[in-house]
Order: sequence, then structure tokens, then C-alpha cells
Amino acid sequence: MTTDPMLKLESLSAWYGAARILYDLDLEVGRGEVVALMGRNGAGKSTTMKAIMGLIAHRTGGVHFNGRDISRLKPFEIARLGLGFTPEDRRIFVDLTVIENLDIGRQPTRQFADGHPAPAWTPEKLFALFPNLAEMPNRPGGRMSGGEQQMLTVARTLMGNPLLVLLDEPSEGVAPVIVEQMANTIVGLKKEGLSILLSEQNVHFARLVSDRVYVLEKGQIRWHGTISDLAANAEIQRAYLAV
Amino acid sequence: MTLNALLFQALNGLSSASSLFLVAAGLSLIFGVTRIVNIAHGSLYMLGTYIAYSLAMHIGGALGFWGGIVATAVVVGILGALIEIVLLRRIYRAPELFQLLATFALVLIINDAALWIWGPEDLLGPRAPGLRDAIEILGRHLPTYDLFLIFVGPVVLIAMHLALARTRLGRLVRAATQDREMVGALGVNQAILFTVVFALGSALAGLGGALQVAREPANLSTDLTAISDAFVVVVVGGMGSIGGAYLAAVIIAEVKALCIGIGVLHIAGMALNFSKLTLVAEFLVMAIVLIVRPYGLLGRVQAAVRSIAEPEEPIRAATPTFKLFATAVLVILIFMPLLARNSPYTLVLGIDVLIAVLFATSLHFIMGPGGMHSFGHAAYFGLGAYGAALLVKWLGAPMSVALIAAPAVALAGGLLFGWFAVRLEGVYLAMITLAFAQIVWALVFQWEELTGGSNGVIGVWPPPPFDKSGFYFLLTLALTALGVFLLRRFLFAPFGYAMRAGRDSPLRAEAIGIHVKRVHWLGFAIAGCVCGIAGGLFAFAKGSISPETIHVQRSIDGLVMVLLGGIQTLTGPIVGASLFATLQDTVMRQTEYWRALLGGIILVLVLAFPGGIVGAFTRLFTKRAAVT
Amino acid sequence: MSDLSIRALSKAFGGVHAVREVSFVIERGEFLAMIGPNGAGKSTCFNMINGQLAPDSGEILFENRNIAGLRPREIWRLGIGRTFQVAATFHSMTVVENVQMALISHAGETYHLWRPAAELHRAHALDLLQQVGMRDAADKPSRVLAYGDVKRVELAIALANEPRLLLMDEPTAGMAPRERNELIALVKRLVVERGISVLFTEHSMDVVFAFADRIIVLARGRLIADGTAAAIRDNPKVQEVYFGTGKTFAAKASP
Repeated sequence: MTTDPMLKLESLSAWYGAARILYDLDLEVGRGEVVALMGRNGAGKSTTMKAIMGLIAHRTGGVHFNGRDISRLKPFEIARLGLGFTPEDRRIFVDLTVIENLDIGRQPTRQFADGHPAPAWTPEKLFALFPNLAEMPNRPGGRMSGGEQQMLTVARTLMGNPLLVLLDEPSEGVAPVIVEQMANTIVGLKKEGLSILLSEQNVHFARLVSDRVYVLEKGQIRWHGTISDLAANAEIQRAYLAV
Repeated sequence: MTLNALLFQALNGLSSASSLFLVAAGLSLIFGVTRIVNIAHGSLYMLGTYIAYSLAMHIGGALGFWGGIVATAVVVGILGALIEIVLLRRIYRAPELFQLLATFALVLIINDAALWIWGPEDLLGPRAPGLRDAIEILGRHLPTYDLFLIFVGPVVLIAMHLALARTRLGRLVRAATQDREMVGALGVNQAILFTVVFALGSALAGLGGALQVAREPANLSTDLTAISDAFVVVVVGGMGSIGGAYLAAVIIAEVKALCIGIGVLHIAGMALNFSKLTLVAEFLVMAIVLIVRPYGLLGRVQAAVRSIAEPEEPIRAATPTFKLFATAVLVILIFMPLLARNSPYTLVLGIDVLIAVLFATSLHFIMGPGGMHSFGHAAYFGLGAYGAALLVKWLGAPMSVALIAAPAVALAGGLLFGWFAVRLEGVYLAMITLAFAQIVWALVFQWEELTGGSNGVIGVWPPPPFDKSGFYFLLTLALTALGVFLLRRFLFAPFGYAMRAGRDSPLRAEAIGIHVKRVHWLGFAIAGCVCGIAGGLFAFAKGSISPETIHVQRSIDGLVMVLLGGIQTLTGPIVGASLFATLQDTVMRQTEYWRALLGGIILVLVLAFPGGIVGAFTRLFTKRAAVT
Repeated sequence: MSDLSIRALSKAFGGVHAVREVSFVIERGEFLAMIGPNGAGKSTCFNMINGQLAPDSGEILFENRNIAGLRPREIWRLGIGRTFQVAATFHSMTVVENVQMALISHAGETYHLWRPAAELHRAHALDLLQQVGMRDAADKPSRVLAYGDVKRVELAIALANEPRLLLMDEPTAGMAPRERNELIALVKRLVVERGISVLFTEHSMDVVFAFADRIIVLARGRLIADGTAAAIRDNPKVQEVYFGTGKTFAAKASP
């Protein structure tokens, strides 16, 4: 890649209380690239996402996003720079309707560092992307199925017109049909020019959507390479992913 | 009484309901977004009345009155914003009960500030320019100002409803009510949102207080009355439901107004004085509502709030060092009467401290391991104290019998009230315990023939040799040590484990065959029983007991003691009670402004030790151990 | 003999039918998987069997006794154990105390006030922890355990009342693939040794196809298929509502 990476972690570490969870992570996500963060439960994938987003109080190291150091910023400031976050537990506002949920995520349109406009989203455009949501604009979030909530949480993030999206476990706990839809969506977003960092345990899913992979184990990066390298490397798969 | 008179009283009730609603709506709004139970909300209401009074008097005329009311809302709103920025922002991550303690400290400070600025006298404001008259309705005169107030409530209700449903700020408030962190991660500046919400809620309280200026005098005791009324309204209506708050405000104001209207009623030869019921009416309403609808009239099951409290360490049996230390403390205490021969005050203080320790330890038993935050522990203290004192007064019972009766009466009360309380959770449980305590208090206060009413029961002196403070100290020490030892033993036994299992995860506890409600019910009763001993000891220590000593203040004192010491440690309540009782007895004597001083001390402690004193020490030692 | 027999079970929430006329049986010692899309009624069905919800109509016969509408604690006492979708422990207790608590309850000693609980049934609790491979962590605070280990402790707790039927709601949710297979293999070994029947829900098709003796499929509250792994995999209806094209998992039917 010739351009600067969209997201660059330099020796990122994070703690919960006294327990250190992440150890000196170095990671890059290029523009328009889909990168998967893989590893078993408790390896530190979600913590990495939260640390990037500023949701973990105690962290050290550098986080550069779109050419800016964001390691000292608060979550809302980071979000306003165009970094979108969809948490693994979805965190839909259950009392708010689909449309209202989308409105909470609304932010002004923005541009990449080179002046190129980022993809801009409206509820109409998102309803075209997620036809299920279009059928229920006034349904409260609490009365949606898990799969529908999963789509709403992605749509809500896109309302902020992000340059890069952190997608935490998009395939966890939903039926295979929904997982497949989610994979198609990610591929579609990549075509729009978005960068995506997703955390994933499902190798089949990662293979469908991602360009490169970082493998995390006990808070450290143990391996990284392209998705085809991973597919060919049975040893790494066995050691850290254990298919 | 006639139907017309009843209807007229109903109109009166509606005008009271408006103020009640304004305070409660602000409280509900603030709680929804910040998850802080702001006890100081009633103080903001009180300040509203005082500030509106000053503006009306100094500026005068229609501008001073009406302009003053608007200006008051703005001023109190700004004050609320300042409180949020300076204090609350530092403690959003602290456990819920700690936030409660901090806002309680504010109550003390604001009350003394008002005393300092406006003095202790009641201040009655002018009548409302333009609305001085009364109109004739149903053959009686209704002040036009009251008529005006009747409309204020619904207008504010509709305005708030529209704002929440239709504006972006409203949507943000509703979203933040559920998940503040996620709102932040979507690019919303939470800090500003919180400040705005706090300012708006405070402004509503200020407005409510200011509107009262033409009806009731500004008075230093309105802070606690207003907050307890507002709590009741919010809980009856359902936390977070603005419509529910209005409904509840109307119901409670109406019930009160009707009680006054009905007056004395003769039923089957019995004279029933309904106007006396006003003191308990709202609490009776709340108790009934919560039993029928555990989440209030229009409330829903609260989504679990993301817990940010520190996780609790498993309990461990006492180490030899700890046992040695405890024995040493006990030995020193046994020799206290000798050591303090020439200082009778020390022994009196010692007795107070020991009673406080027993009181706080019994409260901690259900609050900590049981997870039931009782705001009405004074009830069992009162039942014990009055149980003992009345036996002495009416039956001439000896002290030994009275001190056995004290825990028995409290146990009975604990079994009765606990049966209802354990059916509820969280804030709702806290509120129903408060309601029961108020009912006990009102019963004692009103039933003059039996209890002596506000004068209380006097002449409850211990027989020789316990009339000497040294001997009474030893008796108190023996019973306190026994009580503390038993409670500790229960906590380490299967029963205590089952109580904690039910607190940690009720679902999982039920799934391994534990009848969680029954376990918590019995725990509640045990705590009440032990607390009754403290009450009995108190009555004999002072020689008297009065309603004042078992009022809501004592329940709050208990909470402060437990939280000061640290709720997650078993020794916490002992340390907290000792410190608090000593501070109260010593600081109180030093200054007229003891409340503010106490509040200041509490604030410092809250900000410096956000895990209680014992918690802070434990952490210090574990850190040391980790380093070495 | 069938261990659990569900007959025409129905439940509606505010007019919406979550579960409609669902019937199936679990034979003694059988490992039965319940699958279906989100919102198909799996959790509702599960919660009626474990007592968290009372059915509107229908019967749940456990060893020929109708347990529909009983409370969770009563159902547990009849010999049905369970684990939760989101595993957790009593977080203020140590690992072994968590198991001891279940043993204390099983022995009917919950209301004892005197002897320290930490001394009761400790050996038995350690033995159960040994069987799930958690003996070494016995005296750690349970809240510091890794998620996979919490699942194991939960299994030890579930075995404390010597159940004859085990209900497991998404036993491998939130675990990495290898942990999943290890945990289910462990469950399978323990239940075969003890002759326990198991009903479990699961989204991981790898686990379902590798371990389930039989599979039932729920969709929109109704039972749409009941059969062996191979039969379910080739069922066009199930493919349509649940599996999709099968790209996102490796569907290997167990031999």
C-alpha cells in the first residue's frame, strides 16, 4: 500500500484494574481494507476494539487514525473523527425505534485526509442495504430479533458516516443465514471505500470477507498475514484458532 | 362532609400536585440519565422558595414576583450545573450508594448555607401580583393562584413529553438513560449532555420551590420533606416515567387533601381522625402500589444498569493476626470504665459508639451480603426502643425483660415488613423500607395515648448497678459484641452464603434449589432483630425515647456509617459507625453549623476513599504485598 | 424409556405466539440439539422446561410427572440440572465455594446458621472440580476465571445434584472453536458415564453435527424438523430458514 494506513496501533497496551490485558500491539488497517482480528475468547479482541475507541481508561501506546494521534481523546471525540464502533453485545437502545436509533448515530458528512469524500449515509440508503430494517422503521429496538438488532447496530454506526468501522464479532450468536447476509454487507461496504477492522472467531466467515488477518493470543499478536496465507497455514490455525 | 366540600378539597389537591410533580419530574430525569439518586434535589427545591422570596421582596412588584420565579429557575439550574461539574462528575464511576452519600453531604451543606443566608425563621413571601383574588367555586373561595398552579403541572408535563419524543436532545436523553457509554461511542459529548440534564432537572426543582413562595413559607425543613415526597412520587409513578410521575403526584396530593377534608369520622362509635393520616398517607399509597405493581404505576422492569462497582473479594476466615487484634480491642474496651474513670463523657460517647456499631452492623448484614439497600433501618431501632420503653412504662417491666422484648418486637416488625420488601428490588426496595419506617414513626407520633406522642416516653432508667455509666457501658459492650459475633458467624455459615448467592445471581441461586426470597426475608428479619437490641440499649442509655430519635435521619445515619466503613468488608460497618458516631458527638458540640461541617467531612471522605475506609486500607495492604 | 416428553407446548407474549404446539421427546441418555433462527422460540421453550416461564398450555413430562409451571428450584430438586447461555458464577465466592453452595443446597443445609460453609462438602466439591479439570483453581476467586473456565465450573455446579437430565442453553456461546469442541467432548464423556440425558441449544453447527445424537429444528415457534444430523442437513426447509448456503460453517455430519 502506498498511502498512509487509516488506522495504526503502536505498542498498544491496556489494563482492566490491575490486570494487564493487551501487550504492545502493533497493527495497521489500510484504506479500503478489511482486516480480521482473530483469536479465541478472552484473547483480547474486544479489549483491543474498546482500547482503540477510548473506552478503556488505562491504556498506553499510540493510536493513529487518519493521520491523527487519537490515543488521548475521549470516545465521543474519536467517534467525531470518523471512527465507527459496533460492539459485540449490540447495545441497541431498546426504548427507541429503529429510526430513532439511527438518529442517535447521525453525524455530519466528512472527507478522507486527501479531500476525497467519505461514503455518506441516510436512513433511506441504509434501508436499501438492510431491507429487513426498512420493514420496521417504527419498531422499538427491544422488540427486534437478535439478527435484526445486529443489522441495526451496524446501520446506526454507518449513520455517523465513518471512515473506518470497528466491527466486534458480527457473526456471534446469530443464525447462519444472518451471518451470510452480514458477510455480504461487509463486502459491500468495502466496495464503498470503507476500511473495516473486525474481530472474529469463525474462520469461514473471515475467509469470505477479509484481506488480512492478525491472530491474537493472551493479549499479544502471534501471527499476521494475508487471509490466503492463513488458509494455507494449518499450524497457526490449529495453535490459535483450532478449527 | 358534603360532596361539594370533597370536590373542593380535590381541587386543592390538584394544585399541590403540580409542585410535587415538578420536583419529582426533575429527580426522575436526572436519575434516568446520570443514574444518580440525587438526595440534594429537595434542597434545590428549598433554595427555590428562598431565592424567589428574596427576589420578590427586594425587587418587588409583578417583576419581582413573576420575573423572580423565572429567574429562580435559571439560578437553581445554574447551581445544579455547577454541582454536576464540580462534584458529581468525579463520582459517576463510584458505586451507586457512594453517590448517594455525596449528595446527602450536599443536603447538609445547602441546609446550613440557607441557615447562614436567611436565618432560622420561616419566611412568608408576598401574594402573587395579578392573582391575589379568590374565585367562588362550589360555594367556597379558591385562590386564583391555586387555580393557576393546577394548570402548571399539565403544561410542564406536556412540554416535557414533547421535548423527549420530538427533539434530538430528548432522544439523546432517552438513549443515554439506557446506555450512556454507547451514546458517547456514537459521537455524543456525554459530559455536556449530563450537565444539561442536571441543569434542567435542577431548574424544575427550583421552579417548583419558587411557585410555592406565595402559598407556603420558606422553611429549613422543606428539603427533606420535598425529597421524600419526590421519591415517593417517582417510585409510585415508576422510575423514568414522566407521565407516571404526574399521575402519582395527583393521587398522593388527592389522598392527602381528602384526608384533611374528611377530618374526624365516627364509625361504629370509634372516632377516626383522618387528618392525622396525612403524615403516612403517601407512604401507605406507596406501599400498596409497590405490592401490587412492583415497578410503579407506569414503570417497567429496569434494564440492568451496567455494573461499574468494584468486584467483591471472597470472604475469608479471620487470620490469627486479626483475631489477636480483635481480642486486644475487646480487652481495652473491657477496661474502659477503669481507664476513663475521670471522664464520664468518654463513657457516654463510648456507649453511643457501641450502639451505633450494633445498628450499622445489622444494617450491613442485609445491605452488603444481602444486597438489600434498606433506607428505613430506623424502624427496627424504633421498634426495639419503644418495645422496651413501653414495657417499662405501662407494665413496670424490669430491664432484663425489656431488653429481651426489644429484639423480639423488632423481629416481628422485620418479619412483617421484610415479607413485602424482599419482593422488590433496588431503588424500589429502598423506598418501601423507607415507607415502613415512616409508618412506624407516624404511628409512634400519632398514637399519643400509648406512646406519649411527640414528647416520647421518659423515665426509662436502668436499675442499679447499671445506672453507673461504667456498668452500663459493659452491658452495652457485651450485647454489642455478642450481636456482632453472631451476625459474623451467620455470614460464614451456609445461610450467609445462600444470602450472597441470591444477591450475586438470583437466577442461578434459584437454579440450584435456593429459595432466594425466603432466605432474604429471614436475613431481613435477623437484621431487624439485632437492630432491636441496639434500640433497646439506646432507650435505657438515654432514659427516654422520642419520635425524633427514630426519624428518617437515623436511617440515613446508618447508611452513612456503612458506606464510610466500606460496604464490601465485614469490619467496615464497625469502623464506619465508630468514626461517624464520634464525629457526630464531637463536631456537633463545636459549632452551630455542624451539618455543613459533617457534610464537608463526608465529601472529603467520599472523594478520598471511594471504597470506604476499610476498603482503602485493604487495598493499600494488598498493593504493598504485591510490591514486596 | 423417554426421560422428558414435551406435549403440545404453547406460550404467547401479548398475543404473539412464541412457541406453538411443540412436541418432542428425549430418550434416556440421548444428546439432543435444538436449533433454529434467532427468535424461533428456542429460549422460550427452554425456559418453560427449566421453570423460568409457565407455559400457556401443554405438558412437560419428566419421568412421567408433569413439571409444567413448577418453579426452577422445584424442578432442580426433581433431578434436572442446567447451565446458562451467559455463564457466570457467584462472583463473591471462590471456585470451590460455588460448587459447595450447590452441594449444601442439595443436602438441604441452606438454613444452617452455625458451621462455616467453607468446611462443608469440600472434598466432594473438589472431586467435581477435578472431573471438569478445574481442581487447581479451586481456591481462586471465581470472578477472575477466564470465560471458558467459568463454563467448566458451571458444569461442575450443574452436576452437584446428580441430575438425570441436563439442560444447556448455548453451552459453547462465546468460546473459540477448539474450546467448544473440548467442552462438548467433556460434557459428552461425563453424561455418558452417568447416563444423563442432555437437551442443548446451539448456534455452532460444527458442534451440533459432531456431537448431537438427534436434532430438532424450531422456526417461528413451531417444530419444523426432527431427525438425525444427515436428515436435518439435507432438509430443504431447514436450509431455507436457517442454514442458508452453508458457506459460513463446515457442515460435517457425524458418522
